[in-house]
Amino acid sequence: MEMIGQGILAAFHLLLTGDPEVLKITLLTLKVSGTATFISLLIGIPLGTLLALKEFPGRQFFLSLVNTGMGLPPVVVGLWVSIFLWRSGPFGYLDIMYTPIAMIIAQAIIASPLVVGLTSAALQQTDPKLRLQIKALGTTRLQYLWLLLKEVRFSIMAAIIAGFGAVVSEVGASMAVGGNIKDQTRVLTTATVLEVSKGNFDIAIALSIILSLLAYFITLFLTLLQQKKQGA
Amino acid sequence: MLKKIKSRKTISTLLATLVILVLALTGCGTTQTPQPQAASTPTPANPNLILATTTSTQDSGLLEVLIPEFQKKTGYTVKTVAVGTGAALAMGEKGDADVLLVHAPSSEKKLVDNQTMINYNLVMHNDFVLVGPASDPAKIKGMKTSVEAFKAIEASQSVFMSRGDRSGTDTMEKSLWAKANLKPAGKWYQETGSGMGQTLTMASDKASYTLTDRATFLANQKNLKLEILVQGEAALLNIYHVGQVNPEKFPKVNQEGAKAFVNFMLDPDTQKTIGEFGKDTVGQALFFPDAGKKMEDLGK
Repeated sequence: MEMIGQGILAAFHLLLTGDPEVLKITLLTLKVSGTATFISLLIGIPLGTLLALKEFPGRQFFLSLVNTGMGLPPVVVGLWVSIFLWRSGPFGYLDIMYTPIAMIIAQAIIASPLVVGLTSAALQQTDPKLRLQIKALGTTRLQYLWLLLKEVRFSIMAAIIAGFGAVVSEVGASMAVGGNIKDQTRVLTTATVLEVSKGNFDIAIALSIILSLLAYFITLFLTLLQQKKQGA
Repeated sequence: MLKKIKSRKTISTLLATLVILVLALTGCGTTQTPQPQAASTPTPANPNLILATTTSTQDSGLLEVLIPEFQKKTGYTVKTVAVGTGAALAMGEKGDADVLLVHAPSSEKKLVDNQTMINYNLVMHNDFVLVGPASDPAKIKGMKTSVEAFKAIEASQSVFMSRGDRSGTDTMEKSLWAKANLKPAGKWYQETGSGMGQTLTMASDKASYTLTDRATFLANQKNLKLEILVQGEAALLNIYHVGQVNPEKFPKVNQEGAKAFVNFMLDPDTQKTIGEFGKDTVGQALFFPDAGKKMEDLGK
């Protein structure tokens, strides 16, 4: 119990004194996970829309792949991305192993199935009569898709929140492709693992509190965006 | 208060402010990340150096003292990848690292023999100790050899935590069981597959025995209900070597950087730093510098 109290005190201390190490780690967490979530949206929403609205051979199979992908263990993603990005791998010449870019790639891979799956599910649930109605308004293809997406924006926002939540909390992929290198690829989750392995439980607790606060405020922000009343 | 944050305009403004803030802070962050370039810091052609080392080496905190010194002196940016010994050596064997700092000489021998590791040098040593609960069910306290103690633990089927992960510590432990002519198996012999810190926590929690390097034990001691029961034997030495990954086998390695790192580790100033490390935090030296010596000559 004392350890928890010490952890909370340490968290306050680190936050209030603006500890530069913690600040760096927190900003990198935001940068990596934010960028990865953004990329997953760029990939995921179009793909999810395609999957929902277009009939093509193998669609069911692809959908099942996407749904399985939502449960992909981050450590597995980390391993496979490592195999590709190591010097001994096909993309080793890019020299991006142990950099934030590799972490963003891995996290985008983790988040994308979530966005694809949830977008697709949301669109598939729209009333076919509604879709017909929108088309009847004489919309272009793009306008049609835009209006449809607007219709399911609550679910899209939920997909964003899910994607972000999944990547900001993962440690397996970040550790594998980032290496938890101080000042370069250390993020809140990997820093927590390190402090635990060093036996600095109070600092680990402090970092976990900071991570939780970060995740909470971002999610709160996104939720408020999601919940804002129409035409306010 | 939240009710006021409902208008679309307010939310867009909030969003824009947040994005700008994050970008600004991130921007500030990235301009600071290139290591402080003093006027005299050299800038090597390929500044990135991948150092594969072990989790216990990193956990000891020694690298947090040495790496910044090396970076400042030579201008290299070191990517210290701390993994299990098995993984570190595997990285060497695939050319995924430039330089290795490891402590499992029997496993390293293979890499030296097949020319994967070159410029292989002894750097320092510390030692392993057998720790356990004060209650000491197997009565090993004060025994002169680890083999004796292992036999007593096996005979009494006292719970023993093994790393079980091909780490330097694990390799040492397995070699001691082999020396005792025992094959540990059964519910009492538990393989954690985790790092040393974690394994110690588990051993403490379950009042069991484990083999640990002294440095990690001392660093974690305040959280553990364990004590050192067997120590001081020559067989328990934990010996660290540094070596370059052979550029002839793997042309992509940063050989200048790797060479610079090996030289740095053997440099008398660095050796002095190594010898002083730990004195102010845990009251005793955690490593003993050995550059220039032969491994066979080490021993108390």
